[in-house]
Amino acid sequence: MSKSAQDTIKYLTSPKIGLIKKKYCRFKKNGIKYIDYKDPEYLLSFINEQGKITPRRFTGNSLKYQRKVAQAIKRARHLSLLPYVADLLK
Amino acid sequence: MLGQYETTFILTPVLSEDDAKKAISTFVDLLKNQGAEIIHQEYWGLKNLKYPIQKKTTGIYHLVEYKAAPKAVETLELAFRRDESVLRYLTIKLDKYAVKYNDDKRAGLVGRGKKVQSPKKEEAA
Repeated sequence: MSKSAQDTIKYLTSPKIGLIKKKYCRFKKNGIKYIDYKDPEYLLSFINEQGKITPRRFTGNSLKYQRKVAQAIKRARHLSLLPYVADLLK
Repeated sequence: MLGQYETTFILTPVLSEDDAKKAISTFVDLLKNQGAEIIHQEYWGLKNLKYPIQKKTTGIYHLVEYKAAPKAVETLELAFRRDESVLRYLTIKLDKYAVKYNDDKRAGLVGRGKKVQSPKKEEAA
C-alpha cells in the first residue's frame, strides 16, 4: 500500500482499546520512600467509593508499599482524615 | 537516644480559639519540661471530622514534631488521656525516610509536580 493510502486508513475503533497496560509500582518508579498519612487527597487514590482500601491487583503497588499505604490509610482513618465507611466518596 | 516523634491531636471544638491555643501550649510546655526538642509545630485549626467523635463533627487539629526520649512520649500520652478536651491523639516514631520527607516538605520540595526530589531542583529552589 502506498504511503498516502496508509494514512487514509480509518480505524472504526482505536487499536489501543484491548491493549493491556503494564502495571508498575508508582512508588518504586518515582522513588517515593515515605507515604504521609496527613494528606488525605493523595490517599484517596488508594481507596474505592465505599472507603475501602483497593487491592494490589488494581493499584499495581508492590507488597512493601501496599503495606505502607494501608498503614497510612488506617492512621488517617484514626485521625478522621479519612472515613471508615463512606458512600460515593469521590 | 533521642528518637524523633510526630504527634497529631484533636481538641474539642467547644474550646474557643485562645483556649485551644492555651491547651496546646500546656502540652508543648509539658514536652519541653521532659527535655524534648520541638522541631516543628503546625496548627491546622478547626476542621470537619469525617465521622463524629464523641458526638462532635468538628475538631481543632494540632501537629507537633519533636525529638524526645521515650519517657517523655509516655508522659505526654498520659496527659492526653487525662484531659477530656482531647478527642484523639496519634504519636508516630519517624524513621529516616519520614524525617527526610518532613524536611523536604518544609523546604517546599514535596509538591504535585515535585514528587521526585531531583538535585537540580535543590539548587534552583
